[in-house]
Amino acid sequence: MAESEPRGEEYEAQHVHSVYEEIASHFSSTRYKPWPIVERFLKELPDGSVGADVGCGNGKYLAVNPKVFIVGSDRSTNLVKIAQQYQPHATIVADNLGLPHPTHTFDFAISIAVIHHLSTPERRMEAVKAVLDLLRPPSSAQGQTGGKALIYVWALEQKESRRGWDEGHEQDVMVPWVRHSKKEKSQKRRKGEDHGAEVAAQTSVPQSESKTFLRYYHLYRRGELERDVGEAGGKVVESGYEKDNWWAIATLQGSD
Amino acid sequence: MKLLTLNFLTCALKPCKASPLSFPLHPRDAELEIVESELNLSFLRNILPRLAWEELRGVVRELGLPDLPEIMPEAEALGKASSGKKTNENAANENTITTTTDEDELSPKPEVQPEAEEPDLEPTQTALDLHRLLLETSLRAGSLVCGNCGHAYKVKEGVANFLLPGHLV
Repeated sequence: MAESEPRGEEYEAQHVHSVYEEIASHFSSTRYKPWPIVERFLKELPDGSVGADVGCGNGKYLAVNPKVFIVGSDRSTNLVKIAQQYQPHATIVADNLGLPHPTHTFDFAISIAVIHHLSTPERRMEAVKAVLDLLRPPSSAQGQTGGKALIYVWALEQKESRRGWDEGHEQDVMVPWVRHSKKEKSQKRRKGEDHGAEVAAQTSVPQSESKTFLRYYHLYRRGELERDVGEAGGKVVESGYEKDNWWAIATLQGSD
Repeated sequence: MKLLTLNFLTCALKPCKASPLSFPLHPRDAELEIVESELNLSFLRNILPRLAWEELRGVVRELGLPDLPEIMPEAEALGKASSGKKTNENAANENTITTTTDEDELSPKPEVQPEAEEPDLEPTQTALDLHRLLLETSLRAGSLVCGNCGHAYKVKEGVANFLLPGHLV
């Protein structure tokens, strides 16, 4: 489990960023269905809201609501290029710990399946804070509730899933991503997950065999996300569990 | 990257965000292109009050584009009631088509708007110009420079890159 390497930025560069850059198009072809909680959150925003999608990946959430304006950002240039197609939104390459947005201006922010890739508790907390700091603060004077953030992370408690993790298991794990090449596919039986145009597009690399990439994840225990949100200066307004993930909707803590 | 994006970007370095000099970022060696997109009048009206107009005018000037008006137009100036005269069959037809797109299905619950949107509002020249400038005019290449620290963020193939070199993080 690569335990000998010190965790932090370098570690993530190797065990998260470079993997996504490499698997971008295959990964993207398997990520097209928005999760219901995220879809609901985005569709309930008032028309004309402005916000950020931190770690937007292939931009699947940019397709949900064309009546708001979202600046999506991701570490992976290849994923950002895929995400660029969704109008009227915009996408940029940025690190979630160094976001190039003015603070306290956005009506909303989402960070879906992103913060679990940060490899130390301090960096995960900082990532939550970075999302919260984008939000308009609540203002009792104007009776405004302030901007809202939706954060989604992978859960440790998922014993029904294919991975089978559960309470008491190791929380810091390496998760394989297997990319089958065209050549191998023609020799073996096709597997359901690998169907689709993106796989066909890989005929341009006929030489390569099936390749496994390992990505680092921190699996969140029950209550851990809410605790991080609180310590990062946020207030959880709603939270829950959906299909192997913990999620929380948060605002900035009122300062008046 | 469409120019509207610049309204929501600043330097990625934390100390710069406190300085008014860091907003907006200044385009340098900019190559512009037009990426056409469909004009959405209500989107444009909604986004208008969010614009930092003075700063946007500055960016437009730096890019050598025609000056924006000194005063930000009112949302009302973006749409005009489509003429009741029957001369406008085209616009009328377009409207009946667009109301059946799934864009409408995406928001089944009616939003509370400060004013009722007239169903057959047409974009004025002001709206057409703003759409062209904010949503279609795009930075294809060049850099975005922070007015506080001077760091230049590269834009390549329409993608702005805000990753900082290790020594600045």
